[in-house]
Amino acid sequence: MKFIDEYQDNKLAKGLAYKITQRSTKTVRLMEFCGGHTHAILRYGIRQLVPKTVEMKSGPGCPVCVTATADLDKAIALAHLPDVIITTFGDMIRVPGSYSSLQQAKAEGADIRIVYSTIDAVEIAKANPGKSVIFIGIGFETTAPTIAASILKAQKEKMENFHVLSLNKLTPPVMKALLDSGEVKLDGIVGPGHVSVIIGSHPYEFIPQDYGVACVISGFEPLDILLCIDKLVEQIEKGEPKVEIAYPRGVKPEGNRKAWQLMEDVFEIGEANWRGIGIVPRSGLKVKGKYEQFDADKAFSVSPKPPREPKGCRCGDVIRGAATPVECKLFRKVCTPERPVGPCMVSSEGACAAYYQYGTPENLQGF
Amino acid sequence: MTPFGLYYGLTWAKIQEAMCLAVPVKIVSIDGDEAETEIAGVRRRVSIALTPEAKVGDYVLLHTGYAIGVIDEAEAEETLKLLEEIASLSEVH
Repeated sequence: MKFIDEYQDNKLAKGLAYKITQRSTKTVRLMEFCGGHTHAILRYGIRQLVPKTVEMKSGPGCPVCVTATADLDKAIALAHLPDVIITTFGDMIRVPGSYSSLQQAKAEGADIRIVYSTIDAVEIAKANPGKSVIFIGIGFETTAPTIAASILKAQKEKMENFHVLSLNKLTPPVMKALLDSGEVKLDGIVGPGHVSVIIGSHPYEFIPQDYGVACVISGFEPLDILLCIDKLVEQIEKGEPKVEIAYPRGVKPEGNRKAWQLMEDVFEIGEANWRGIGIVPRSGLKVKGKYEQFDADKAFSVSPKPPREPKGCRCGDVIRGAATPVECKLFRKVCTPERPVGPCMVSSEGACAAYYQYGTPENLQGF
Repeated sequence: MTPFGLYYGLTWAKIQEAMCLAVPVKIVSIDGDEAETEIAGVRRRVSIALTPEAKVGDYVLLHTGYAIGVIDEAEAEETLKLLEEIASLSEVH
């Protein structure tokens, strides 16, 4: 497949691995923000290719994983309302809430449908005028413009039965929160490639400027990740942290202006509740007043019971990079993809799911 | 890979896999703010509401049914050239 296969070339990977190994003298602690990067790093055996001086921690870039239990409980409560159809991205279905899950609710008779796109959710609303369709709006800046576009489409078509539960979160504020906490010492960040297609590279400038941490934006093929690590090592060895784009075929410094416009029209910034981190100010997107008829929070009122976290689950620690999945006592023994305890094992971007699926003794060496 | 993953088949497993990911697809025709796209022989209709500048023949990054950006083919070439250079330097040793 074009623009994929070329970036998986073995010979070129070995070349980058050699360069990184030659160049790297100091220990560098890198965090990959994106769950997609965690998966790719394990799947492609990146750890075996880079020297022992390069340490990698996974970050909070998994939209399903960072959705707070209280928010999931709210979605489940909404699912039980009469004449409501819940539409959601697939991963959310299996995440255990405090007392139930969307999958469980579906088994109990709630109308819950997995969609690939917000476009599908709008279509379902059109096809079911007697029902209220609520889209569970998780995601980061990659997804937010698509949710904004769906609200604008619903408005254009004068739809009255389409709503979004806005759980969309923003990337730079949570990076700042993690750096401020100082819990995990970092020298560099592997920046999220597709978030950055939307937001560009400028929003990350505070990372080298205020924290002296390097930030290189990476694509998702193995050569993209190795090139990113190469640039991070180079910056760190020179002591010159800055923001760099290692994925120029996808990311422009100014990002996607059209997508920005749609987001600014539909959303305003507010606080958001992040699993494992808590409330982070100015890190979430809320539907603006002028579109409030599409805001599920305004249209519906539910009172789920107080949330409770699953006992022994260390998803929160994994999300912050403070623990690896293997350090969780439940990993593999109790918590598996078939019977997940927390979202990190459920989500296709969860670190625990990645370790479970791709973890071999070699792969997990040094973790 | 779970049986569920196998059911989807390789291309769609890759596409459906994760929300971080976006897949490069080629635009074969445009109709208003929608485009017919193709990857590995699979055709799919996508929204180009976020990339109104996209043209037939462009490759775009597809994420949950929307093109989120047009791939810069010149930059793609540059990156591969850089990687070839790095690889050839390593062979000298």
